[in-house]
Amino acid sequence: MSPARREGLNWPFAASVLMLALFGLAAVYSAGQTDVPTVAAFAWRKQMVWLGVGLVAGLVSYRFSSRGLESFSLPVYIFAILLLLFTLAFGTGAGTAAGVKSWLSIGGVRLGQPAEFAKLALILMLARVLAHRQEPPNSLKELLPAGIVAGLPFLLVMQQPDLGSAIVFIGILFAMLFWAGVNPWLLVLLASPGLSLLLSFSTLSWAFWIVFVTGVLWFTRITLIESIIIWAANVFMGVVAFGLWGALAPYQRSRLLSFLNPEVDPQATGWHLIQSKVAIGSGGIFGKGYLDGTQKRLAFLPEQHTDFIFSVVGEELGFLGVIVAMLLFAILLVSLVKIAQRAADSFSYMVVFGFVGLLMTHVLENVGMTVGLMPITGIPLPLFSYGGSFTLACFLGLGVAMRVDRDSLLSGYLGVGGGGI
Amino acid sequence: MNWFHPHLNSRRADQSVFLIFGFVGIILLRFFWLQVVGAHDFTLQSAENRLRRVILPAPRGIIVDRNGVVIAENVPGFTVLIHAQAEDVLRETLSGISELAGLDTAVVRRAVRNWRDRPGDPVTVLRDAPPEVVARLEERRVVFPGLVIQAEPKRSYPSGALGAHAIGYLGELTPTDISENRFPGARSGSLVGRVGLEFQYDDRLRGLDGESFIEVDALGRTVRTTGVGPRVEPTQGDTLHTMLDVELQRYISHLFRRDFGIAGRGAVMAIDPRDGAVLALHSAPSYDPNAFIGSSAAGERAELLSSPQLPLFNRAIQGRYPPASPWKLAVAAMALEKGLITMDTKMQIPCTGGYQYGNRFFRCWKTDGHGPVTLLEAIQHSCDVYFYQLGIMLGLDELLEGGVALGFSDLTGIDLPGETRSLYPASTDYFNELYGRRGWTSGVTLNLAIGQGENDQTLVNMMRFYSMLANGGSAPVPYLVDSLPSGRRNYDFRAGVLEGLRESLEEVVLEGTASAAQIANLRIGGKTGTAQNSHGEDHGWFIAFAPVDNPVVVVGAIVEFAEHGSSVAPMVNCIVARHVIGSEFECPTRGLQFSDFPADSAPEPLEVLRDIRRGRLR
Repeated sequence: MSPARREGLNWPFAASVLMLALFGLAAVYSAGQTDVPTVAAFAWRKQMVWLGVGLVAGLVSYRFSSRGLESFSLPVYIFAILLLLFTLAFGTGAGTAAGVKSWLSIGGVRLGQPAEFAKLALILMLARVLAHRQEPPNSLKELLPAGIVAGLPFLLVMQQPDLGSAIVFIGILFAMLFWAGVNPWLLVLLASPGLSLLLSFSTLSWAFWIVFVTGVLWFTRITLIESIIIWAANVFMGVVAFGLWGALAPYQRSRLLSFLNPEVDPQATGWHLIQSKVAIGSGGIFGKGYLDGTQKRLAFLPEQHTDFIFSVVGEELGFLGVIVAMLLFAILLVSLVKIAQRAADSFSYMVVFGFVGLLMTHVLENVGMTVGLMPITGIPLPLFSYGGSFTLACFLGLGVAMRVDRDSLLSGYLGVGGGGI
Repeated sequence: MNWFHPHLNSRRADQSVFLIFGFVGIILLRFFWLQVVGAHDFTLQSAENRLRRVILPAPRGIIVDRNGVVIAENVPGFTVLIHAQAEDVLRETLSGISELAGLDTAVVRRAVRNWRDRPGDPVTVLRDAPPEVVARLEERRVVFPGLVIQAEPKRSYPSGALGAHAIGYLGELTPTDISENRFPGARSGSLVGRVGLEFQYDDRLRGLDGESFIEVDALGRTVRTTGVGPRVEPTQGDTLHTMLDVELQRYISHLFRRDFGIAGRGAVMAIDPRDGAVLALHSAPSYDPNAFIGSSAAGERAELLSSPQLPLFNRAIQGRYPPASPWKLAVAAMALEKGLITMDTKMQIPCTGGYQYGNRFFRCWKTDGHGPVTLLEAIQHSCDVYFYQLGIMLGLDELLEGGVALGFSDLTGIDLPGETRSLYPASTDYFNELYGRRGWTSGVTLNLAIGQGENDQTLVNMMRFYSMLANGGSAPVPYLVDSLPSGRRNYDFRAGVLEGLRESLEEVVLEGTASAAQIANLRIGGKTGTAQNSHGEDHGWFIAFAPVDNPVVVVGAIVEFAEHGSSVAPMVNCIVARHVIGSEFECPTRGLQFSDFPADSAPEPLEVLRDIRRGRLR
């Protein structure tokens, strides 16, 4: 290990973070430049403050060794669960989802969204649970602790109800299980009841699905009891789908529906998606020019500084701008994977990849939503969307990743694939 | 922790990187689909989203008189429109501005109806909005999404009520207009001619609307109005050159009021007999067509529509009156043409103030009688007894046939909408049908012979007949803008017939029933008439032309309740003189008393059920 490497900066990582943050700030600024007054007008100033606060938070989290983090993980997780419970009881709504109890506020001042904090807490707790196993969990029974750890915040957030964040918990769980070496087919089986639910809207597709699941159950050779449980869960989901449908809040239902067919009600639910697609599509290859997006300027884009910030990018900077942004995200994610890969200890190894899962889910869900690939759930785009809690969470995670990166360099232990980037 | 094996570790990392790029690839493919493949469609949608088409109303063509004097023009005005994507948005905006703009429920209802006709298009709320309303709305435009205040040319009639019945006025296109396609090409909510020339030549006057685009935000609020999209300027409608003479029209209006007062009712027309050009068309009482513009004059408008004086009724082409003595010329012409008499022929029975026919006594207006008179004298003094006998001499069949041949049951075809057809029986079948075969006597002949009875003529139709007399047998179609040469009717009279009649008409003015209305140095021929009116005072006729040897103008007047034609004659002769001599001519003030004029009234007509008659007559 040369001294240069020891002191060296992880350039792809640092550069992608810096560029994404600047890109994001520029997008938030543009989102505020409209011909009609919107709430987004001065969001960029606050976002600058949040970036500063995030930077400080990142430096603070950078101070924590993995050992320290590991020892904190249980209290942090418990605290996060308590916060979620508290939010359910006293939370308030805001923005896109005013009817949702996702904010904690004291005396009318909103303090933040506990769900964002809970995502980090879940990563720490899962890392703790998974890092100390001798073998990767390879049965439902062995997956049970991790499932409970993730399921608890998932259910609490679903109660708010905030489908978007809930999906992120699932994303983190699956990413970390995968990274812990769980057989991917087992993950498919684990996910199968949920997919079964989605596919049950079409009887034919569900029929194919249940045949597929049966096949997978056969070949993965998991225990008979577990096979029966999974199979039964699939059947159950398929059958009760419509009962569950009734249990969804009306806005959730209409969002799901408008995801499936946005033209159903262009003035109401599908409006956001249609306007977003029009903005992005009309951007063309080169875009309408920075600050010049008409859909944005005339406030056709909903929540253009938060949930639909990427539509602004697509409209003003076109396909080229989208490629640049997505490549930056890819570089960041890949460099995080590399950091996780060469982590000095198994806890760090898990934590960093949990963060990869978090970022990945957010990017896929948010960007996918703007083009109709994902249902409109209203979760922020990392480093782009205006918002305090999530920006803070991102920088906390990035700080941890940096520390892990540094520690792995200092320890001199490099995994086989981790020859450095 | 043996699963933390470098080899497996590396494999998972590679799988992760593969997954990341896979997901990013899927997303980029989706963007490629939208931004590269679908760019064109979405660009269109984006434009549709934010651009709203605004109609730039074409200024109507102006209407001028024969000397280029403007009769109808356009002045700047403001129209308040609302752009709404949904009906409830429209209603919300309407209720929001209703107090500021003083909208009543009728306006709101019409706006909603117009919106339903063409959803999404801007609806006109207030036409010719007063400046203070415009200012008030402009201040609060931000509050009301979709509110558009647009400069729109507004119609104006500088001469007001002068010739209003010829010019007409405008009104908004109605649903009936649209369903019956009365104005092909007219846009919903636009103004179209309702009557008069404005209606007749609406397609020429209308012009071509332009369009421009405004940019609106997501709530439909106007953000930008200029430089947004392609702008097509409106094209003004054609200028309508009419044959009218505003100065003469003004003079007529003045004289009519002088002689018959502000409440006087009737009609005056001046026509050039050579080609039928209508120089003036006056119907009293008149109205100000400006009252049909804008929302401020609604009260005045309602008053005009409900007035018992029927100011909107065009008495020159829609009013039907018994033609009375002026019609005697038709009887005379028929008899002369048949060769039954000459201008010098006297009747068997001289006028002693009446004529015994069967068991009825038909009176002459002059109870003392005219004595033995020639045709010339009979016309000159409007002797009824002479024409009773002439009618009998002609016979009823001839009388009816001749009247029809002379056009007394036709429309003149003047280029104005709403002309009423004159009533004249085509044959005796008419009487059979009406009264039964034995229900009537040949006494009707006597009535018809003096222009009474089953005979109702419009002024314009009588004008055509006198144009024919003045013009040597050729009756052009009266016209204001487009002459219709094919409609001209030519009558071949025997040599001397028309000359004789013209001479007798000159005698009327020189020494006859209109002698009090002589004009120095101008040879005028004319005929007075007094139409029986069962509703009150008799109506007075006078139709005159000059100069007698080569007439250039025919002026006719029917004045309701004027008692007799002799009181109408001075006005008509002054109008004739004014046109022939020019503006230096001064009409003598009316010093003469009514009693000075001979009252050439007809006797009371055979009683006829008028209501039934009107319905049956063709």
